[in-house]
Amino acid sequence: MDLVVNILSMTVPFSVAILLASTGEMFNQRSGVFNLGCEGIMAMGAFIGMLIPFLVGGGGPVSGVYNWLGLLAATLIGALLGLFFGLIVVTFRAPQGIAGIGLQMFGVGTAGTLFRHFVGGTQSIPGMNSTPIPLLSRIPVIGPIFFSHNLMVYIAFLFVPAAWYVLFKTSWGLKVRAVGTHPRAADSMGINVNRTRYEALALGGALAGLAGAYLSVCQVKMFSDELIAGRGFIAVALVYFGHWHPVKIMAGALLFSFAQTIQYNVQGLGIDLPYEFFVMLPYIVVIVVLAFTSKNQKTGPAALGKPFNREMRT
Amino acid sequence: MEEKIKQLRIEHITKRFPGILATDDVSLTVDEGEILALVGENGAGKTTLMNILMGIYQQDEGRIYINGKEVRFRGPEDAFKAGLGMVHQQYMLVPDMTVTENVALGYQAAWKPFHLDLDMVRKKVIEVSEHYSLAVNPDAYIWQLTVGEQQRVELVKTLCLGAKFLILDEPTSALTPQETDELVSLLKRMKSELSIIFISHKLNEVKALCDKVAILRHGALVFSGNTADYSSNDIAALMTGHEIVLPENKEVWAGGELALSVKNINVRSDRGFLALEDFSLDIFQGEIVGLAGVSGNGQRELAEAVNGLREVESGTIEFFGTDLANKKPYYVIEHGMGYIPEERNIEGIVPSFAIRENFILKDSDKDRFSRHRFLKKKEISRNADTLRQSFDIRTPDTVTAAGSLSGGNIQKVILAREITRAPKFLIAVYPTRGLDMGAIEFIHQELLKKRREGIGILLISEELDEIMNLCDRIAVIYKGKIQKVLSHKEANRRRLGILMAGLDDGSGEEA
Repeated sequence: MDLVVNILSMTVPFSVAILLASTGEMFNQRSGVFNLGCEGIMAMGAFIGMLIPFLVGGGGPVSGVYNWLGLLAATLIGALLGLFFGLIVVTFRAPQGIAGIGLQMFGVGTAGTLFRHFVGGTQSIPGMNSTPIPLLSRIPVIGPIFFSHNLMVYIAFLFVPAAWYVLFKTSWGLKVRAVGTHPRAADSMGINVNRTRYEALALGGALAGLAGAYLSVCQVKMFSDELIAGRGFIAVALVYFGHWHPVKIMAGALLFSFAQTIQYNVQGLGIDLPYEFFVMLPYIVVIVVLAFTSKNQKTGPAALGKPFNREMRT
Repeated sequence: MEEKIKQLRIEHITKRFPGILATDDVSLTVDEGEILALVGENGAGKTTLMNILMGIYQQDEGRIYINGKEVRFRGPEDAFKAGLGMVHQQYMLVPDMTVTENVALGYQAAWKPFHLDLDMVRKKVIEVSEHYSLAVNPDAYIWQLTVGEQQRVELVKTLCLGAKFLILDEPTSALTPQETDELVSLLKRMKSELSIIFISHKLNEVKALCDKVAILRHGALVFSGNTADYSSNDIAALMTGHEIVLPENKEVWAGGELALSVKNINVRSDRGFLALEDFSLDIFQGEIVGLAGVSGNGQRELAEAVNGLREVESGTIEFFGTDLANKKPYYVIEHGMGYIPEERNIEGIVPSFAIRENFILKDSDKDRFSRHRFLKKKEISRNADTLRQSFDIRTPDTVTAAGSLSGGNIQKVILAREITRAPKFLIAVYPTRGLDMGAIEFIHQELLKKRREGIGILLISEELDEIMNLCDRIAVIYKGKIQKVLSHKEANRRRLGILMAGLDDGSGEEA
């Protein structure tokens, strides 16, 4: 029982980075842009996020404000990278898959280089403390699983209904869905297709940047080149798994995180298998689940991956 | 609210696309309460002109005036504000959204800062649909609706956004005859409140509905006048630049051997039921046999089965003595079969390939066009230029992607390829669907020419006029079986109509 609670109470905070990144990617794709560069934005976010509390405290304890400042800076840099991606794929209409791989390499490489320049070797920071919610956190089982984490965890899960509301209940969400499905129709209704895509990319980038910073500031509390470890790509895959719906994406993020947490715990049990096998496990789960769910998959946004050109004759 | 549109005037509008002069110095005037018909062949520039009026394209030259004041539309939103609204030929509706959501896309009054007021939009939809008696369900998803219903949604949408001036781009092209009649009477009623530009190339509708008519040809305005003063034939002649008289098959069959003999075949449709059941049909050299029927009664399956594109469960398809059943398409082609498929953009051409490449799709490995697997560019280019000229394909050059041509020109590309390969037989499936009169005339002439050369033709069509004009014999298909085969003399519209509906025509005797 303790083991189960332990696994589940790790599952929730460990899911946050992919949840945030995946929610962001969902907005990108709903607007018709496929951003494979999510991983790169996360890497930049992770670096900027930890850099600020590190510069202030030199690796020692700092006021919590600087952690938040780090998260905020990562969000901004993420939004900027999202807009930069927009310049390439929306304005210049570059092939999105290729441009995304480029952004991924650019982000991961730049973050690593800047890290070695400004920080040096492996360096941890105190990071963000957990803030158990009074009363609720004392409920047996439920308390440790849901209510004993750092503030970003709660905020990230509040983003799920918020994303749903934005997507389905606001005029902006309506525009995003329209430009991702039938940009020509949206255009004929006076909606600025490219502008809407830029906005969605900025939001998606911001969430990816925040997701990266969550890893470095709240979860692992350090930065390294391998910190993101493919989570950006997992986030892209989860958007498909979750059929472009925030709640289903959350389910996917929790599933992946659950597999990952089991992996940590099983490693600790001393089973006689190479540890790489366990590390592999969550990724295999994603592949298998994707393979089975894509069979009778709803098709995604119809214009996904297609640049819009008003005067192109069809 | 914006003021009424008493007059819309465009002056000297010119728009160039790469290699094409899409509209050429066009000037038009539409007054309040008027319906102007804008007619012209496919590719004459009607849609381009209207897209300019809506701010979707920017004109290279020329001006637009509303009530005497010049307006500049940088985008559709500016045109909406001025009171213009357009129903596009391809509906501009997002399929996985509801009717209300689609209207909300342009209904900015409902865009609250943190909330989209769908209830407000919904009320407006209901209000407009009741006012104009245009029945729509505001909560239905677009993908659930028929084409006719979607068009009503488009009209409601445009009216909800405050249009006082409607542009309808070929609104009847996808409608059934009954839906068309409904639309025409609806527009007549709406005329008291609105001005309308009605784009069409169906001249009976133009005569029935419109006050004035303007004719575009190759992007230029060649005529405008009052509809009442001109007959459909006059307008048709002006549209194409010459009088259109669809050719008729008047010559007697010169005789010929049995070309295609389909015997007792069973073929399943994509959904698994028997689309052709114990189906038999014989066609001889030098005759055109029409297969008449409402589409979806097995026509597609027959064409595909003969061309090796669909499995034949039982029965034989003898083609000059060889059985084609369950053979590969290559085998069928090599035995001299020519095929004009139903879906010209999907089956007929590779849209992204150049026109000249589409011409040699079936012959790229022939000595004429390649040596040791390397293509002979000069010969391919020469071939394309010849075909382009003799089939009057309107394109700046033959390296243009075939998919960018108009429907009529695409069909000419396919026709050119198929009949210049010197086939022994030709299957044409809905060869003139959606084409204008000029293109239809051309294709009919080519088919008759082939018949005169002694080639057998199977013409699958739902246009009774086409079948009656061209065919020596007419077979009526209903639910995968031949109802009856009539000779040209025995056939008339009424009799065919009865047979196509699956009823007995009462004659009792076998044709």
